[in-house]
Amino acid sequence: MDAIFLQILNGLDKGSAYALIALGLTLIFGTLGVVNFAHGALFMIGAFCAVTLSRLLSLSFTTIDETRTDFLGNPMKVETPYAEWLFGPEFGAAIIDWTVPLSILFAIPVMLVVGLVMERGLIKHFYKRPHADQILVTFGLAIVLQEVIKYFYGANPIPTPAPELFRGSFDFGALLGFEANAVIYPIWRAVYFIFSLTVIAAVFGFLQFTTFGMVVRAGMADRETVGLLGIDIDKRFTIMFGIAAAVAGLAGVMYTPINPPNYHMGMDFLVLSFVVVVVGGMGSLPGAVLAGFLLGILESFASTAWAINLVPGINQIIIYLVAIVVLLTRPRGLMGRKGVMEE
Amino acid sequence: MSSSNYSRRRLLKTGAATGAALATPTLFTGAAWAQEQGFTNAPTGGTVTLGFNVPQTGPYADEGADELRAFELAVEHLNGEGDGGMLSTFSSQALEGSGILGKRVEYVTGDTQTKSDAARASARSMIEKDGVIMISGGSSSGVAVAVQGLCQEAGIIFMAGLTHSNDTTGKDRKANGFRHFFNAYQSAAAMGPVLESLYGNDRKAYHLTADYTWGWTTQESMQAATEALGWETVNNVLTPLASTDFSSYIAPVLQSGADVLFLNHYGGNMVNSLTNAVQFGLKEAQANGKDFQIVVPLYSELMARGAGQNIAGIPGSQNWDWKLENQLGEKYKGTNDFVQAFGEKYGFPPSQAAHTCYVQTLLYADAVQRAGSFNPCAVVEALEGFEFDGLGNGPTLYRAEDHQCFKDVVVVRGKENPENEFDLVEIVEVTPTEAVTYPHDHPMFAGGELGECNPGA
Repeated sequence: MDAIFLQILNGLDKGSAYALIALGLTLIFGTLGVVNFAHGALFMIGAFCAVTLSRLLSLSFTTIDETRTDFLGNPMKVETPYAEWLFGPEFGAAIIDWTVPLSILFAIPVMLVVGLVMERGLIKHFYKRPHADQILVTFGLAIVLQEVIKYFYGANPIPTPAPELFRGSFDFGALLGFEANAVIYPIWRAVYFIFSLTVIAAVFGFLQFTTFGMVVRAGMADRETVGLLGIDIDKRFTIMFGIAAAVAGLAGVMYTPINPPNYHMGMDFLVLSFVVVVVGGMGSLPGAVLAGFLLGILESFASTAWAINLVPGINQIIIYLVAIVVLLTRPRGLMGRKGVMEE
Repeated sequence: MSSSNYSRRRLLKTGAATGAALATPTLFTGAAWAQEQGFTNAPTGGTVTLGFNVPQTGPYADEGADELRAFELAVEHLNGEGDGGMLSTFSSQALEGSGILGKRVEYVTGDTQTKSDAARASARSMIEKDGVIMISGGSSSGVAVAVQGLCQEAGIIFMAGLTHSNDTTGKDRKANGFRHFFNAYQSAAAMGPVLESLYGNDRKAYHLTADYTWGWTTQESMQAATEALGWETVNNVLTPLASTDFSSYIAPVLQSGADVLFLNHYGGNMVNSLTNAVQFGLKEAQANGKDFQIVVPLYSELMARGAGQNIAGIPGSQNWDWKLENQLGEKYKGTNDFVQAFGEKYGFPPSQAAHTCYVQTLLYADAVQRAGSFNPCAVVEALEGFEFDGLGNGPTLYRAEDHQCFKDVVVVRGKENPENEFDLVEIVEVTPTEAVTYPHDHPMFAGGELGECNPGA
């Protein structure tokens, strides 16, 4: 029982990332009708916002310590971060420690701008082109963005730890009456899950309870009619693209303490997120979220030793297996609108 | 949806063209390779070209970059530039800093992408287009085995870079291939006694293993070594090479009854699996009344940098470490000369990947010099059974039977309080050569034959 519970918990954090990326993908597909293969790259850029802020905050000046020597026997160069020099050692160190949460504030404007530039600069020219063209151009863009990041940050993963307070794990099972040490769960993963629920709630709240959101939803349902009413729906959709980019970026920022980011992380998530969108139903926001969590949990169960012993290799194919079954039996996905992808 | 422009006729034509291209024989034709001297790419004129095939893109690109730095340095030293590095400490004094056999050394580089097919394609291009006489480098056993096979066919010497699978000099060994780097068996043999002294004889091990040749042989070697200590193996779970999140594999470990976790992972895999293991509290956990332990059989300084603080206290093995001579003395001479040359040029100490590539280049050049010929068969003869010293590892033997180097193995541990980003590992012990030597027909290395050396003509 505790093993099952642990795998569900595990699936939830992975599912959180899938859900956030898939939510952005669906927003873009639902509003602009574009299949955006560069969405994984946006997730990766978000993660590198955290890396960048961490580098900026760690910018240091060098002093020479004559009492110690470096690996070549020369006097040791000691690096002191400007943050500690400006704000004092304690507060400065605390700012550096809290880099990842602080990166949220940094990433939102950056990602909005990246999203808007991407949409206005490139993707808008492909609205009337076939999906195959859109996929090619966005996939190409993803590769370009990935290579740019690699050029500046190198190919190796870059450790970006969570604040000291959230490192380590806690005995989640003990809270629910399981045996001690039966369900150990990392604190940051719990934070990530709660964070993603908050972002998802904020996006739904925004679409549901604001006039802007109402117009966007109306535009998703019938773009032409909304346009005939004199509303500039394209501008609103462009803003939605920026928001979708920001959602992917935030998912990336908060993911950095879970796995050290590298330039390739976007691609690792991209394909799975597309499966999530297809399973959830193209264009359905609740479907994307539901499918994200569902597939995260399924993947988690499929990676357990007993599942692998039962069906070797199941951990690698489970998600695609589900996608095949869903596409065969219910092509519009779990919560997709009737007619979408069924023609 | 868009309508497709493909007609059946066009599809058939495209298919036929692709089929024809794929069916074109890919075997090397003797005429293209053979030179009048009777071996492939025999150097004419005043220069000789070496090919350095390293991962310049992909997850091991930083490792590849360090290898390239080392190759560049080695070429400089061979041509008599710079401070000469290990040339002065190398026991064989055949090299004089005037190139190889009087020919100035030049080099070309290729990108393996850590993919066997890409590595073979780039090696093939270096051989056919650039006329290289030797290929070295690489950071994956899958790639090493593939490129070694190609070099054997082509009649080129392959001086392997970082490759740690038993198979490279085991079932996939080739007469034209040589490995200076140590292997999984040697890691396990070196780590066994250290693990016993650190964690005792009554332990239960759980393995997470990268699902390819290196992972399998590392796991097999570690399991054999620890079971010989009286440890029990609870489980071995194979993880896909492309995995990025290992939490689902890590989560069940504590409930399995195990009290030691072996991460048979390398590169990005290792960074992620170790980070996940630490996040799930394994480093602080208790199991079977003991402190839970994590072991990483193959260490790399570059990976340690990626894993950050998580590496602290975790044991593993290395082929070489830049602190060896400073800490363990004269026996490891050459180390400081190399670190000095590398550190002055690049501003940081070299990794073990850089070291093995530098040494391999020198060893090749020295063998040619001693043999008095670039003919691969002459080089093979000069390297087989060659005993040398002064290249940083202490006295070393290139065994004739399998072309594997035998030398001391360094057991290391992540440093608790590193002083800087290069000082991440501390040397725990150096296991002497005798303890890591095995018969060439050992079952873990069985199933392969060196065959005959191939000069290519």
